[in-house]
Amino acid sequence: MAAESTDATTDSAFGHISRRKDVAFRLLALAATLVGIVSLALLLTNVAVDAVGWLDWGFLTSPPHPFPDQAGFLPAIVGSLAIMLLIALITFPLGVGAAVYLEEYASDGPLTTFIQLNIANLAGVPSIVYGLLGLGLFVGMLDIGYGSVIAAAFTVGLLILPIVIISAQEAIRAVPDSQRQASYGMGATKWQTIRNVVLPRAMPGIMTGTILALGRAIGETAPLIMIAAPTTVFGVPTGLLSKVSAMPLQIYNWASYPQQAFQYGVVAAGVVTLLVILLTINSIAIVIRNRFERST
Amino acid sequence: MTPPQMSHSETESAADQPDTTLDSDIVDDGDGPDQRTMMDRTLLEARNLDVYYGDEQALTDVDIEIPEKQVTAVIGPSGCGKSTFLRSINRMNDLVDTARIEGDLLFDGKNVYDDDVDPVALRRKIGMVFQSPNPFPKSIRDNVAYGLKVQGDDENVDEKVETALKRAALWDEVEHQLDESGLELSGGQQQRLCIARAIAPDPEVILMDEPASALDPVATSKIEDLIEELAEDYTVVIVTHNMQQAARISDKTAVFLTGGELVEFDNTNKIFENPDHQRVEDYITGKFG
Repeated sequence: MAAESTDATTDSAFGHISRRKDVAFRLLALAATLVGIVSLALLLTNVAVDAVGWLDWGFLTSPPHPFPDQAGFLPAIVGSLAIMLLIALITFPLGVGAAVYLEEYASDGPLTTFIQLNIANLAGVPSIVYGLLGLGLFVGMLDIGYGSVIAAAFTVGLLILPIVIISAQEAIRAVPDSQRQASYGMGATKWQTIRNVVLPRAMPGIMTGTILALGRAIGETAPLIMIAAPTTVFGVPTGLLSKVSAMPLQIYNWASYPQQAFQYGVVAAGVVTLLVILLTINSIAIVIRNRFERST
Repeated sequence: MTPPQMSHSETESAADQPDTTLDSDIVDDGDGPDQRTMMDRTLLEARNLDVYYGDEQALTDVDIEIPEKQVTAVIGPSGCGKSTFLRSINRMNDLVDTARIEGDLLFDGKNVYDDDVDPVALRRKIGMVFQSPNPFPKSIRDNVAYGLKVQGDDENVDEKVETALKRAALWDEVEHQLDESGLELSGGQQQRLCIARAIAPDPEVILMDEPASALDPVATSKIEDLIEELAEDYTVVIVTHNMQQAARISDKTAVFLTGGELVEFDNTNKIFENPDHQRVEDYITGKFG
């Protein structure tokens, strides 16, 4: 750090310049940064300490149990992962397709603006509302089962679809126009240009957006409650129509048990597991993304 | 404003015939217009071409006949419509929503704005090189082969890539790194790569939009040498800001001045030594622009 940014005033041959506001603002900005990081670190430490003794191999590989020391997380873990995988399969093609249409095909007009505006609005709709939609549409009208894997995946998938679309649009928009021009100038059709030039270049950005959206999906609880996913299931899901629970649901359920051992130990173990899985998925995805970035 | 837009054939029939014959360097001694017309077959022709972007008129009533296998330079101050003219030849202006074209633009006698012309097919006959090098983030080989790939030509690709790179005077420098990214080349090499990409599918015309404006003098002079060589096989139309460059490399020069008006079109020598228009002379001698 240069001396001038820390000294309150600077002695200079050409006159005095006050740095008081500089310094004050810098400290303020630092404090703002620390509030978030420190509180998160405290929370994580607190939870991690609580989880000690509870988070073991048995916890990860057993079904839930009325006694805290025998309680397990396996069905919820598998349930969450199954839902996640299905969501990725549903939202990726839909999201990228919609983004390509809006960015490359749709002409600028009132209809496109209207659609665009509504997608942005949908990204902000509370998740409980999507739960209600899922209950009415997938469970009620399409009748694909209360709390089934597929109903859960479609409901939460719809919830994150706008986020996937918007981030894919941003990635596509960031592809320099000179690249499209080069392709069209060579006599490429629109499809050839999108397939060979636009999508490869936008892919890292699209994947980042999808990953972040999946990160949001894995923590969603309210829509699952709404479509009547059971808070506790004792077996891992075996098919698309199996009843499924998810990690946050199971944690929520444990937290409502009267025993202190559940409220602190088991819940903490569940939270640590959820966070570790979330971070692992994110890191795997980032590695994949970086590889993509290098090869293009 | 009509007389200045002289096409070549008009020049010939004009009174000062000996003068123009001297300017043309490919000639038979005045053996008559017939043979000359054969040598200078018109490949691209604009008739009363107007281009608008929304309400703004970018080109006004342009008439021009561009001869085959020669270098035609298009010069003029910024905003005079020279890039617009270039982009209306291969219908790249179609990609601009607000662009509107009136008049005719003939390529080999066929109006490219006719309903039965597919702009994608047209662009496969007319290659384009842009102002700043824009290679794809792909290997050198894939960059050059891009046109072949999109045109469904997958025979002897490696051979064609090699030929194109040689013609673009880049082969010796990249021979051993064909699988490395095109983005790792220097700016001048990237531009030659883009030229190789444009000529790989063997188009008839190459359009160049200020291809050397982002390059240093050494790279520029390489590109200039290259352009002169390319004119043996291709019809080259080059937009440039640099008048010395136009004088050095072109056979014909078109001068656009403000308002998208083609003020004078003639042999390059004539334009630079004895233009018919005071405004053209003022522009060329740097009095404005």
